[in-house]
Amino acid sequence: MSINWQKYKSQPFYDELISQTGKPRSHSHNLAGYLAGLSDEELTSARAAAEFAIKEMGITFTVYGEGSSIDRAWPVDIVPRVIGKKEWDFIESGLKQRVQALNLFINDLYHKQQIIKDGVFPKELLAKSVNYRPQCEGITPPNGIWAHICGSDLVRDDKGTVYVLEDNLRVPSGVSYMIENRSVMKRVFPELFENNDILPVHDYPSQLFDMLCAMSPRKDDKPEVVVLTPGIYNSAYFEHCYLAQEMGCELVEGRDLVVNNDDCVYMKTIYGLRRVDVIYRRIDDLFLDPEAFNPDSTLGVAGLMRAWRKGNVALVNAPGAGVADDKVVYSFVPEIIKYYLDEDIKLPNVPTYKCMDKSDRQYVIEHIDELVVKPANESGGYGLLIGPNSTKKEQQECIKRIKADPRNYIAQPTLKLSTVPTLVDNHVEGRHVDLRPFILSSGQNTQVTTGGLTRVALVKGSLVVNSSQGGGSKDTWIVDDGEAQ
Amino acid sequence: MLSRVVETLYWMSRYVERAENVARLVNVNNLLLMDLPKGLSTGWEPIIDIIGSREAYLENHKDFNERSAFKFLLVGANNPSSILNSLWSARENARTVRDVIPRAVWEGINSLYLYVKENQNEGISKRGRFGYLKHIIEQTHLVFGALDATCNHDHGYMFMRFGSVLERADMTTRILDVRSANLIESETDRPFENIQWISVLRSLSAYQMYRQQMGVRVKREDVIEFMLHSEVFPRAVLYCLYEMKSIIAPITHSEQIDAVIADVTKDLVTTDVRKLKNGQLHQFLDDIQIDLAEIHNRLAELYFLK
Repeated sequence: MSINWQKYKSQPFYDELISQTGKPRSHSHNLAGYLAGLSDEELTSARAAAEFAIKEMGITFTVYGEGSSIDRAWPVDIVPRVIGKKEWDFIESGLKQRVQALNLFINDLYHKQQIIKDGVFPKELLAKSVNYRPQCEGITPPNGIWAHICGSDLVRDDKGTVYVLEDNLRVPSGVSYMIENRSVMKRVFPELFENNDILPVHDYPSQLFDMLCAMSPRKDDKPEVVVLTPGIYNSAYFEHCYLAQEMGCELVEGRDLVVNNDDCVYMKTIYGLRRVDVIYRRIDDLFLDPEAFNPDSTLGVAGLMRAWRKGNVALVNAPGAGVADDKVVYSFVPEIIKYYLDEDIKLPNVPTYKCMDKSDRQYVIEHIDELVVKPANESGGYGLLIGPNSTKKEQQECIKRIKADPRNYIAQPTLKLSTVPTLVDNHVEGRHVDLRPFILSSGQNTQVTTGGLTRVALVKGSLVVNSSQGGGSKDTWIVDDGEAQ
Repeated sequence: MLSRVVETLYWMSRYVERAENVARLVNVNNLLLMDLPKGLSTGWEPIIDIIGSREAYLENHKDFNERSAFKFLLVGANNPSSILNSLWSARENARTVRDVIPRAVWEGINSLYLYVKENQNEGISKRGRFGYLKHIIEQTHLVFGALDATCNHDHGYMFMRFGSVLERADMTTRILDVRSANLIESETDRPFENIQWISVLRSLSAYQMYRQQMGVRVKREDVIEFMLHSEVFPRAVLYCLYEMKSIIAPITHSEQIDAVIADVTKDLVTTDVRKLKNGQLHQFLDDIQIDLAEIHNRLAELYFLK
């Protein structure tokens, strides 16, 4: 037998499936037993089957700067990550609380800025925020919702506590992989799905579509919903296609759309122009509309902001929503929740040092080899310094960057991220994971995906889970084990 | 239906059709060369002419030796009409309309592209090539079958069909043109003329249908008549023109395209193609190709993204 859980070492980390004593946790009992019963050949052929399915289904992602091969097969490890339903229910309520408060916060920032007047959120932070859009001041999108779709990254430390690492409120991606990972696993291990109560994940596109329709400015007609993509070279192009296909709506590029003199948005069809009501845009704010933002953008649509301001089209997420996913704003989320909802934060933030604060900054500079330093506004792991894994030279350069622009950096202790057994050759080893659930808000209701996308750092000891930097993924199971956590 | 999307669908379908046509062309020529006496053989040069890639070929090659030419046709990187490049283009187009086409169609094109790419050494080898080409042809049929059976027959579908039929008509004229000019026709080599015309038919999947329809032995004028004038064979030019007319009819403003199609059709039916000698035939086929290009241009002007 290939997998012997007694020999599996999870220490010094918290393992999601196996406890310190080498026993499977209650929610992964069946899974662990099943995997231990597989022979070398069965494991190898299961992995080959998964790889084949991914290739044939064309589940890909794009890596920048790779020359001609612009899409690569999506890496999926066949050992799933399992979370008990009770614990998940708690996480879900924490995420809903968070997104609700963030939407109130954004709406406030573009109107009265009461939270600043009340001295809870520092004014200078807003002044320096690169994602604050003065063009959005005074606008109220339908139901006051700005961040309709939020992807929050969760991690678990060695004590077993789940933290929110960051919120992605601009154009979070990954949800299609969450769904496709499940499709692959069903092909590879059908037996497991017969014998376990694994909650399904396939509802997401319908929920997304309903939420988008609810944003339509024309209530009487069947709304025309489109997905706006920067095009085939974007790293998330696969997902744009996938979601458009699953929702049965058009996938458009900027050049397919036009804003007419009536300030309405139209798409160019073979029958002539046709009105568009809701745009699920997967283009960054600054490229959305050359009239309002970057005049050189060829990805966007001239006049789009005009149409949006007049309420003739819904943009999802709303422009300017990114102001709240800045990593410095993140450090204020506990205060933001308290201020708007008068509740204590349910899902804690990772302890965070703000480099703008003098004493925090001093601490960060002195302990840079122990900390993870993050720029406020970069995604995909670019510009990140992981103290313990960095050279002296990299650390000095990082300190220089912090001193030059302290507002742009935060630092967090290096978390001992939890692990999940991951197939390496014919045995399993622990690899670090995070989790990205997605939260949909329409103002009438808030829905959270069942689980989310588990990303795994495939390199031994690595903490970087981004697919652009050698990360992989796992199917994520929420299992009703009937046990309280 | 978005203008950009119909354009992409149209090209996707044309490229799949092209890959299939080239695969069949190569396969038949390969079999024909085995039958012809050494020294008589026209080799691979005409095939490279048929797909219009002569210049690209001569950039990197001095002669038309079998290995170089064969590789060039199958997977040649600087041959825009190589099977691999056609499928790459089909796949890139399919990728940009993945939301519109049925999943099975995308998966069919994707896996065919990967097959052609990953098994190219097998495909070039003398033993492996038959199976390789046969698989390609079958997979393209599977893609078109999946489209027919699982895709809404809406306007997007019509553009795919139109692209496919137009590509087909174009290929038929090219094959007839190059082949009729290149056949070995000296008196002493008479016995081989017949098998060469049979191979022309085979490269259009037309041999069996020719026999059923024409009921005569294979002769030059009858082959030309069948491939240009048949109203029942799906690769005959006239059939393709009728097909285009009926596909495009339900789409708004299609009268303008219908007018061009009608002109070509009239020229074709009123010409007694059996009587055309080689030089005249070449001129006639050249005119048809220009007309087909004109049909494409009108379509692009009317419906594609500007």
